[in-house]
Amino acid sequence: MKRLPLGTGGLLALAAIVVFLPFVLPNNFYFDVAVKTGLNAIVCIGLNLLIGYAGQISLGHAGFFALGAYSSAILTARYGWPAPLAMLTGAVGVGLIAFVVARPILRLKGHYLAMATLGLGIIVAIVINREIALTGGPDGMTVPAFSIGGWRAVGAQTWYWIVGGALLLAVWLSLNLIDSGVGRALRALHGSEVAAATAGVDIPRYKTLVFVVSAVFASLAGSLFAHADRFLTPVEAGFLRSIEFVTMVVLGGMASTFGGVVGAAILTVLPQLLAGFHDYKHLAFGAIMIGVMIFMPKGLVPSLAMLLRRRPRAGAGP
Amino acid sequence: MSEFLQFLFSGIGNGAIYALVGLGFAIIYNASHVINFAQGEFVMIGGMATVSLIAGGIVPVWLAMPVAVAVAGGIGMALEKFAVEPAALRRGGGASVVGLIIITIGASIFIRGAVEVWLGKDFHRLPPFSGSEAIDIAGAKLDPQILWVLGGLAAVVAGLKWFFERTRFGKAMLAASHNRLAAQLVGIDIRRVLLASFGLSAALGALAGILTAPITLTKYDIGIMLGLKGFCAAILGGLGSGFGAVLGGLALGLAEAMAAGYISSAYKDAVAFVIIVVVLILMPGGLFGAKSSERV
Repeated sequence: MKRLPLGTGGLLALAAIVVFLPFVLPNNFYFDVAVKTGLNAIVCIGLNLLIGYAGQISLGHAGFFALGAYSSAILTARYGWPAPLAMLTGAVGVGLIAFVVARPILRLKGHYLAMATLGLGIIVAIVINREIALTGGPDGMTVPAFSIGGWRAVGAQTWYWIVGGALLLAVWLSLNLIDSGVGRALRALHGSEVAAATAGVDIPRYKTLVFVVSAVFASLAGSLFAHADRFLTPVEAGFLRSIEFVTMVVLGGMASTFGGVVGAAILTVLPQLLAGFHDYKHLAFGAIMIGVMIFMPKGLVPSLAMLLRRRPRAGAGP
Repeated sequence: MSEFLQFLFSGIGNGAIYALVGLGFAIIYNASHVINFAQGEFVMIGGMATVSLIAGGIVPVWLAMPVAVAVAGGIGMALEKFAVEPAALRRGGGASVVGLIIITIGASIFIRGAVEVWLGKDFHRLPPFSGSEAIDIAGAKLDPQILWVLGGLAAVVAGLKWFFERTRFGKAMLAASHNRLAAQLVGIDIRRVLLASFGLSAALGALAGILTAPITLTKYDIGIMLGLKGFCAAILGGLGSGFGAVLGGLALGLAEAMAAGYISSAYKDAVAFVIIVVVLILMPGGLFGAKSSERV
């Protein structure tokens, strides 16, 4: 019998959750939160390939998310492009940018890499803030509905199914990538770049590949976000948004595809729950970030999986 | 000429602040290899605490500044004790670089949130230390407060030099930054070194915040950008080099002021980040960073 790919059980479980969740969601507000969760999760799945598997940090992924979002928004709103074409153009553009900057930037290590990616993200945010004629600046811009032919995607419930499908596709792609030669190469270079290079792994090539893949994931999620929310502000490109993505990955669990999904779910839903605390929201959010890092440094999913299995595994699970 | 001088003054003034924040990054990085993303919040605490202490009439005006610096130092040490140390010195290996970055960013969000709750979201201003009459130099106006900022920076650099070269504890901190294990073997208490590095950095940040509050105003969220630019200064100079951080900060401040004056003021905030990205691509170790080779 052919071996099932790694994480098939998890993928089926996630599909079941996506299918059955609508039965318990009481109204459109919750569908909207679910849509945002799914989009954040797609970014985190890509980012987790970079951070969790390849061991490279990025504090600038909100830049890629925003580039995708604003490409879709500007091309459809200002130039009347069809939405799918705008989305594709954004993704190709972001992929190219990521490809060009990947080699020089991914030579850097640790804090220097953090600084460089942070710098790139902030430059994108500042440009979006300043090019008011195109982006609407800090006031934001409205985005046309996503339409193919005569069909328009509007309403939180429609978007729930679109994003749900996209999320499952992203998880499937990620699981397959990890289970391939590329995944093994990434884990090897995470363990030791020198050892991996000695074993014949083309380090710059794989780092560039995973950087481009994670940037394109973020760009596509950004495009979907622009059309789902119909309103876009530069906050989406901000430093704090980049931090949010990284925190989701680390909270959920590095080197765990489902960890990224769980982290995204918690950090998207949590602020909604904390909204009742009004002024104390940021205080609580900061405290939770610190607490999780101290008590669960490996993140939720790997920590819980270890508890359940009682079979400690070094580093990488599905 | 007067225009150029004007940009020069404002650039040096801002650069001195970035230098002070960058020094804070360097001190903590040396002691712990942690990048403290909450560094900018201490600048904010310095200004906000001084304003509140004076407005509340809690302490006399002359005492407000030292008390604010001490408060910031205390918060810095609390951050080390309750957030960084439990993660960094955990049994069975410390937290990853990413983990520590998230902890200090969590701390910065926490501190910002706390100040937002207790002191509000308004802008505050401190009165200038020595009058607001600008000094006229060759047609350019020099805000006397900038002299205070520069004097503060010079005093801090001289003080740190004395501390790290002449005092027993300063030398212990230097030793710990070179080789933690060897320092522990000769009896240096690493926990005290870490605690002191956070306290010292926080106090420096607060001092910067107080010195600039009369020029730039202060508010609960000014720490984000200042922290990031201070980080730029520290990286530009080569992480861990105090001298580099000071030069890096001054260079960034000048570049920013010249770009804002001669090119585009809208993109002033982007200058520091463009410079840092370009420098990192061309010189991956920063301007003054030591060339390091990886040990396998």
